[in-house]
Amino acid sequence: METDAVFFTDHSGRITSNPLLDQLPSYQSLLYRRKSSVSGPKRRSSSRGRLGSSSSGKWNMSTFTRPFEKQKSQVTEQQPIRELAKPMAEKRRDKTQRLEEAQELTNWRQWRQSSHRYLRRLRDDAQEWLSSMKLWRGDIHLIEGMFGTGILSYFSFLRFLVVLNLIIFLIKFSFVMLPIIIAPYASGNITYNLNDAGVCSVYPSSARRGLVIFHEHITDLLSGGGFLEQTYLFYGYYKVDKIHFTNVTYNLALAYLLSTIAYLFLSLIWIVKRSARGFKRNLVQDEDRFQSFCNKIFAGWDFCITNENAARLKRSSLLYELKTDLEEERIKQKIADRTRKEKCRIYLIRLILNLFVIGVLAACFYSIYVATIFSQEAQMTKIKVNFIVDLIYEYLPSIVITLANFITPLLFSVIINYEDYSPAFEIRFTLMRCVFMRLTSIGVLLFSLWSQITNCEEEPCICGYNHLLYSCWETRVGQEMYKLTIFDFITIVAVTIFVEFPRKLIVKHCDCGLAKWWGQQEFAIPQNVLEIVYGQTICWIGTFYCPMLPAICTIKYFFIFYIKKVSLINNCRPATRPFRASSSNFFFLGVLLIGLALACLPVTVSVAQINCSHACGPFVNFNTSWEVLPTTVSQLPSGAQTLLFALSSEAFAVSFFVVTCLAMFYVIALAGAHKRVINQLRDQLAMEGRDKRFLIQKLCQAQRLSPVRSPVSKSKPRSPSYHTSFSSNFSEGVFLAHSPPDSSTHV
Amino acid sequence: MGNKQTIFTAQQLDAYQDCTYFTRKEILRLFYRYRDLAPQLVPLDYTNHPDVKLPYELIGSMPELKDNPFRQRIAEVFSEDGEGNMTLDDFLDMFSVLSEMAPRDLKAYYAFKIYDFNNDDFICKSDLEKTLNKLTRNELTEDEVRMVCEKVIDEADLDNDGRLSLEDFQHMIVRAPDFLSTFHIRI
Repeated sequence: METDAVFFTDHSGRITSNPLLDQLPSYQSLLYRRKSSVSGPKRRSSSRGRLGSSSSGKWNMSTFTRPFEKQKSQVTEQQPIRELAKPMAEKRRDKTQRLEEAQELTNWRQWRQSSHRYLRRLRDDAQEWLSSMKLWRGDIHLIEGMFGTGILSYFSFLRFLVVLNLIIFLIKFSFVMLPIIIAPYASGNITYNLNDAGVCSVYPSSARRGLVIFHEHITDLLSGGGFLEQTYLFYGYYKVDKIHFTNVTYNLALAYLLSTIAYLFLSLIWIVKRSARGFKRNLVQDEDRFQSFCNKIFAGWDFCITNENAARLKRSSLLYELKTDLEEERIKQKIADRTRKEKCRIYLIRLILNLFVIGVLAACFYSIYVATIFSQEAQMTKIKVNFIVDLIYEYLPSIVITLANFITPLLFSVIINYEDYSPAFEIRFTLMRCVFMRLTSIGVLLFSLWSQITNCEEEPCICGYNHLLYSCWETRVGQEMYKLTIFDFITIVAVTIFVEFPRKLIVKHCDCGLAKWWGQQEFAIPQNVLEIVYGQTICWIGTFYCPMLPAICTIKYFFIFYIKKVSLINNCRPATRPFRASSSNFFFLGVLLIGLALACLPVTVSVAQINCSHACGPFVNFNTSWEVLPTTVSQLPSGAQTLLFALSSEAFAVSFFVVTCLAMFYVIALAGAHKRVINQLRDQLAMEGRDKRFLIQKLCQAQRLSPVRSPVSKSKPRSPSYHTSFSSNFSEGVFLAHSPPDSSTHV
Repeated sequence: MGNKQTIFTAQQLDAYQDCTYFTRKEILRLFYRYRDLAPQLVPLDYTNHPDVKLPYELIGSMPELKDNPFRQRIAEVFSEDGEGNMTLDDFLDMFSVLSEMAPRDLKAYYAFKIYDFNNDDFICKSDLEKTLNKLTRNELTEDEVRMVCEKVIDEADLDNDGRLSLEDFQHMIVRAPDFLSTFHIRI
């Protein structure tokens, strides 16, 4: 590009400013924006001398910029220097300049500036201190360097769950367990639930008597029975009604119920807050498919990678991704070219395969149901066959669930190949099916448990539940959840030790075809995430029946972090189909939300519908657990009562619902309008660009035809998108030659 | 870390804190990293503004940069002389922009300069081809390279001039969710 293309130097060699270019409307608006907006003139740095004077169209604006800079920095609210896109030396000059200017300001302004700076420094230091307090910072840094940001998001998700479980446990502990523990020390008087000697309140002790064989202790530990049953671990132990301290009476039943609601609510808010960032981005990018190539090229390389192997793998995964995308384009074209007959055939195949999938799911659910009933009956009859067989009977539901969750993903990934979807949709659809399978299996387990509990010989049940078999059914459910958690942990450890490590050894040392086909382990993010979401769902459901379950889950996830990290570093290579960090965060939290929703359902049903047991637990004096609330409310002063009744009345609920719907529709309409405006503006931009090019071409032609400093003929086609000030300055005499359209207007 | 360091004056440290996204501790740590690259060239006393430039080869061999296909362009963009030889100021500037606290617009600006191989303020087809080849180490066929470059221009070029200007690039980055997490070096 010629340096004198745009400007003529005067005789002293200095480049003069071009009044014609200054008149261009786009430049005028840029100036206006600079004066009134905060964002700095990023383009300014194109005047950096460092890039050499031979580059095109770049002219030294130093004589030009000083007055503008002074103006801008005086008028705008000081943009932090570090956000300006300038070299360090210029930034320092700016800073000294600002300091000088600051002397000229009033005292109050000076104080304001310095206090802003001080606050900003304070905030930076606080953020740094907080982030250094974060758990596992060093480990996650290491993983990020070796495997990139996709797998990093899995581990930070794990860290989030550890903290969440810890907080849930603290809530439960401080509101339910702590008062009971400190009651003797704080001179509290505990009133226990009265044993009204009815049929329903018989609770045979399950502690073992006499000589206890050692392995029975292990059975108890693994199944939550025996010596563990009457401990703080399970619901049944909390037989406390109220605790009377010196000034206040602590209603433990109410606290138990409210802490349950509190932890579910807290989890919801925390997850939604964490996913709001990703969700906003996903909404903005619903046309993400249209920018997939740009994303891969400009935001594809992970600058965090510090390992040569990881770099090589990242390169090959990028290559793979690009090839896949090109392939997808070809497939899209193929789909668009499908004939009617082919479409019918494909739809038929899909229908059959979906029915098959539903059949498989139904078979799995039925087997879980049967296994649960069998396991419950085996525990009831109490025939001891053998230590191992007993343990298997106890763990039968868990085993069946784990087997089903192992086989079905393989089946789904085979089936999806025949359904002929696009690759991206295939991944998502398989994932949806796996999520559904995992989370619904817990629901089926609970359903089968409840059908057992509410199934008495003589209908209807006297106590509302089968008091002969389940004198304390909540503890029973708690034990099942406890067993699920323990078994989940054992499975993860066992799979890591007995499958992943041997696989690595085999692949490394054995050269046979099987090893080559099997290949080295890939860290499959979706499956791992489903595993821990499954564990977390169990925790949420089980905390009501087993208040110490969150603590157990915290310890479990703590160990899982280290196990997964060791396995990752030693056994795995990065996935060839990489999982993008941004969408993965949204995916993790989305699945977690589904798990939370699914967890709320059983808890709500059991709190509100099923009669609580009369032999154990804090709700002995009530019919259902929910009844504590109405009873407490009726004891409040009448003002509070009327308020609460008003809040829970239908009128309030309906009007609240209507207002929320209105707000939602408004926001949706606003978003639609913004989208339309964006599209319009984009079209307008394209038009402007074309106009500019056209005009400049014409100018060049005109310049070629006539000598440089003569006025141009008025027959220039005037584009309607330009202001008339443009044409009025033609006579000034300096014309544009071969300059690129955009750089001439961007200063 | 206290006020016991003698490498910089208080004003210098203050200026660095204002001009970068680093705290005092981090600036000192980065100084030691810079010095470790060439202890005999870099003095321990910067109070009199010594003019020390480390050659590109040393910068490019840092563990954070050595596997990055764009390390040469990064060094060129941030260095004063445009050749990749960096002073301490350039070094701090570079890692400040690439740190996780830098805002997206700032990063987008520098990313644009990095991908603009011929320094003409536009990312044209040849720039894209060079970027792609650096990313994939020339393992794509000519045809595929051409198709990908066409697609990129299709997707991002707003004013239809066949190449990406800074505004096109910034607009595209706004809609690239991964950019902030990938255009980031931890040091």
